Amino acid sequence: MSATAERPATRGFVGLPIDRVDGHAKVTGAARYAADAPIAAPLHATIVQATIACGRIIAIDERATRAVEGVVDVLTYHNATRIPALPFDFTAPSSEELAPLQSDEIKYDGQHVAAVIAETFEAARAGAALLRVEYESRAPELSPGGARTVEQPEQWFGSDAQPRRGDPERAFEAAGVRIDQTYTTPIENHNPLEPSATVAEWRDGELIVHDSTQWVRGTRAVLAKSFGLDEEKVRVIAPYLGGGFGCKGFFWPHPLIAAMAAKLTNRPVKLVLTREQMFTSCGYRSETRQRLRLGATRDGRLQAILHDVLGTSSRVGTFVETAGGVTAMLFDVPNIAVTHSIARLDVPTPTAMRAPGEAPGSFALGCALDELASACGIDPLDVLRRNHAAVDPSSGLPFSSKHLLACYERGAEAFGWSTRPQAPRAMRDGGELVGWGVATATYPALRSPAQARVVLGADGSVDVASATHDLGTGMYTILAQIAADELGVDPRAIRVRIGDSSFPIAPVAGGSMSSASVGPAVQDAARRAYREAIAIATSAGGSPLHGLGEDEIEACDGGLRSKREPSRAIAYGEIVRLGGSGAIEALGSAAPGDEGERLSFHSFGAQFVEVRYDEELARLRVSRALGVFDCGRILNAKTARSQMIGGIVWGIGMALMEETVRDPRAGAVVTNNFADYHVPVNADIAAIDVLFVEEPDLAFNPLGVRGIGEIGITGVAAAIANAVYHATGVRLRDLPIVPEKLLAAQAAV
Amino acid sequence: MRAFEYVVADSPAAARALARESGDARFYAGGTTLVDLMKSDVERPGRVIDISRLPLTAIELRGDVLRIGALARNSDVAYDPAVARRFPAVSEALLSGASGQIRNAATIGGNLLQRTRCTYFRETRWRCNKREPGSGCDALDGFNRGHAILGTSDSCIATYPGDLAVALCALSANVIVEGDAGERTVALDELYVLPGDRPERENTLAAGELITGIELRAEPLYEHSHYLKIRDRASYEFALASVACAIELEGGRIARARLALGGVATVPWRAREAEDLLAGSPPGDAAYRRAADAALAGARTRAHNGYKVELAKRAIVRALRTACGGAA
Ligand SMILES: Cc1cc2nc3c(=O)[nH]c(=O)nc-3n(C[C@H](O)[C@H](O)[C@H](O)COP(=O)(O)OP(=O)(O)OC[C@H]3O[C@@H](n4cnc5c(N)ncnc54)[C@H](O)[C@@H]3O)c2cc1C
Ligand code: SF4
Repeated sequence: MSATAERPATRGFVGLPIDRVDGHAKVTGAARYAADAPIAAPLHATIVQATIACGRIIAIDERATRAVEGVVDVLTYHNATRIPALPFDFTAPSSEELAPLQSDEIKYDGQHVAAVIAETFEAARAGAALLRVEYESRAPELSPGGARTVEQPEQWFGSDAQPRRGDPERAFEAAGVRIDQTYTTPIENHNPLEPSATVAEWRDGELIVHDSTQWVRGTRAVLAKSFGLDEEKVRVIAPYLGGGFGCKGFFWPHPLIAAMAAKLTNRPVKLVLTREQMFTSCGYRSETRQRLRLGATRDGRLQAILHDVLGTSSRVGTFVETAGGVTAMLFDVPNIAVTHSIARLDVPTPTAMRAPGEAPGSFALGCALDELASACGIDPLDVLRRNHAAVDPSSGLPFSSKHLLACYERGAEAFGWSTRPQAPRAMRDGGELVGWGVATATYPALRSPAQARVVLGADGSVDVASATHDLGTGMYTILAQIAADELGVDPRAIRVRIGDSSFPIAPVAGGSMSSASVGPAVQDAARRAYREAIAIATSAGGSPLHGLGEDEIEACDGGLRSKREPSRAIAYGEIVRLGGSGAIEALGSAAPGDEGERLSFHSFGAQFVEVRYDEELARLRVSRALGVFDCGRILNAKTARSQMIGGIVWGIGMALMEETVRDPRAGAVVTNNFADYHVPVNADIAAIDVLFVEEPDLAFNPLGVRGIGEIGITGVAAAIANAVYHATGVRLRDLPIVPEKLLAAQAAV
Repeated sequence: MRAFEYVVADSPAAARALARESGDARFYAGGTTLVDLMKSDVERPGRVIDISRLPLTAIELRGDVLRIGALARNSDVAYDPAVARRFPAVSEALLSGASGQIRNAATIGGNLLQRTRCTYFRETRWRCNKREPGSGCDALDGFNRGHAILGTSDSCIATYPGDLAVALCALSANVIVEGDAGERTVALDELYVLPGDRPERENTLAAGELITGIELRAEPLYEHSHYLKIRDRASYEFALASVACAIELEGGRIARARLALGGVATVPWRAREAEDLLAGSPPGDAAYRRAADAALAGARTRAHNGYKVELAKRAIVRALRTACGGAA
């Protein structure tokens, strides 16, 4: 339960576009990321990875490696710590079921087979290049089509993975208009700027780990389980992250190797994955093959959707890219059948990547609706409007706060949609074809229990602490803003400390749920601290507020004062000194209740895109993008806008260039660097604008905030592909839309 | 990266002497190719000779001859007024390459000798005839979307990745080389050699020979030269196909044409047959398309690079049209 003291006169910091409070530390280098951990003289470990996808190790020749000056030891399955199996669960989220370096078996190319430990980074790298590993190899299975093992999971992350309602097959057959198309999306990698890194140190039987993780408590749990330690004996620290996007969410094997190496050598060990290793060692987005069948009336009203998704997973872990996850919810359709299948292959394990499921799913569904609009001869935005779901058709529950129609309206107006000619190839500018596309964005609103501590110090300091994370998203800043509003303190004067497993509990920085989970906990803690300050200030002898009632007091700049006589004021530091206990400390908590049984919580948006196409050169560019979002209350207009712009940039990359390619025979990633894996550069990004339809969702949590981390990418690729159709008259259903596919599509017309 | 010896050369002669002494030396100019490849263990020099401070940075137009020092930075050359006016294709090619930061570090000599982006060459786990002669070529049946369709062999299909050399090739530049026997001049398209069955040998430089500069003869034709590059994104990306061309009209007909291709061939690719077809034709898409067909007549494609034939042809047509001043 929340503390109930009346809110102080709000200072209105929440919502303001204030600069990141950690910005200065980041641009001056004062911010310490995992690999910058202030540990004196660590050893350096470099991982050596399997160069076969399936088979076993028959020999490891360490002689040349050990001869390198500075090499201290070599960790392989011969001398690695024995660690029990690590099946995935939501408290100890290991992506791989077996710890690394436990046997000679190889299950995918890129699997860790050794770590070279040396006095310097250079020696470790040189030693690693000289390690000779001999394998016995079997032909790997690499392609989902025709895979020997295909599974259909019943559930995934607590949701029905094969939802069905009505009689979709019959409704589809009976429909006046039918669309039956297959859409494919490639493997994509997260590619955060900061590669995953771990610095591990054993101190008196305790394990201290600086790790680039989006989940300090999850990492702590797996490490504790692995080494048979109480969780209290493990501390995981991650104050800053240089992006994560999901590849630092669940636990991957490399921190275990760092900890083993530190144990073996009895020294702190630093391990940083190389950029190449980032493509196989911390997940990726599975490729998807999605068949979509839409049945509709001639005026574009959906009668049935059948959505069959084939993804992949590995032999060592499971992740399902639930591309059909939103299909049953997004539109008002009586008949639905969604299936998810995964082919087990000799590849690394996929994982959650920004809008897992929604990103590829919204591409396929968003394109199919555009195809329906063409088939019916209706404006695509009208088709979206006509199929708008007023209640959540998957559960029958009303939405807590849904303003998608307003997103369509505002977007259409700001974009100028009403002037769009319906026919393709009807707009030109100079020598280029111009096309406009639209699609719906969506992401569920999620929330987990969380706690936070607020401490008011005798020196006037205000500290906020929680085991949450800032991936570069602005978490530091919004937590300071929330506490600032409760206490009447400038947010820049508040010290926020996060990313430490010893802080009050917080969930994984995933599922776009940190703000909605941790924000209310900070609010609660700050309120409790505020009330305690009032209690002291009204009861302590020397206080100018002595004898006043709670309701006669308000917060003022860094302290309290009398509402009637503002000159009767006292700073928080002074109150703490009067209280005599050295500090005012309040633990706040917040958790979802049973509101999910009555209401459906989702965020929505509309993506509008303009493309320009030079047909002769097959040169395609996104010249304009606009996203309009309904995500509840916006805590910081600047960082929220940045999140959305970042998401749209991701969507542009997904649509036009991102693709992780494996060698068709060996299964190794051949685009494992930034020269071959293309992400957009500045020159690819033209005008992007973002609007919010800001309606606080107070049924969701007291701040009215839903998440904003992931929704920005959803719908973008569909809007682009739809714009490409509008510009060119050809449908591209296979991402990314690269020149050779455009040429082939043109040639086929 | 492996340990190596680092030495600084204070004169071209000293640089060559230092190279001669050591069997496995490499010159370090801007380092933007060399250091990358050393980090990935592809280049393993025992000695790195820093030539970056040699006084070979001048860009001078004497009479009709432009001479550019081998250590002039890509950016400085690109923005040089004489280069931009007399040889616009050279400027355009340089500015279409890499990024601002890299162009500020990269030198002209180093640029010419940059090595292929073939992924199978750049990681030592693969079989690669260029990196390890006789080991095989994993690109032939691997992922070869970026690979060459002209000048290939059964041993190697690696694309020559650079932009500058393609422009220089079209404009018949010479490379000035200093060796034990003194200075010699090599036509740019004779600097590079086709892979044949010895793809490890990429150019005709003898061991320890130093490029000291390049030479371009200004001709009216070149003032209308043009470089067009097609790539996967708007900037910071190698060519899928590129075209350098120059055209001179006389009495309503094409008097002379120059044409070279990048991104599609194992070396900077001069398309002389296409040039001959163009000469004497009236300008226009029909002539350009005929020239394009001729330029790509010998293309040999693999599983993923077939699209380059049509893409290169269209690039040729567009580039010629632009050079002729026609609307796009
Ligand atoms: C991310 C990235 C993107 C790029 N994109 C492009 C692009 O789009 N287009 C493009 O054309 N290029 C591109 N490049 C390549 C870049 O242009 C070259 O790396 C650069 O021009 C090389 O010049 P350098 O002076 O740094 O060469 P170095 O790395 O110093 O040298 C390269 C080679 O040449 C030898 N060498 C250097 N100078 C001499 C000399 N005077 N005599 C004899 N041998 C010599 C060296 O020994 C070495 O073997 C890119 C490079 C990078 C890293
Ligand atoms: S194409 Fe040439 S460079 Fe590439 S792997 Fe084959 S031999 Fe090596």
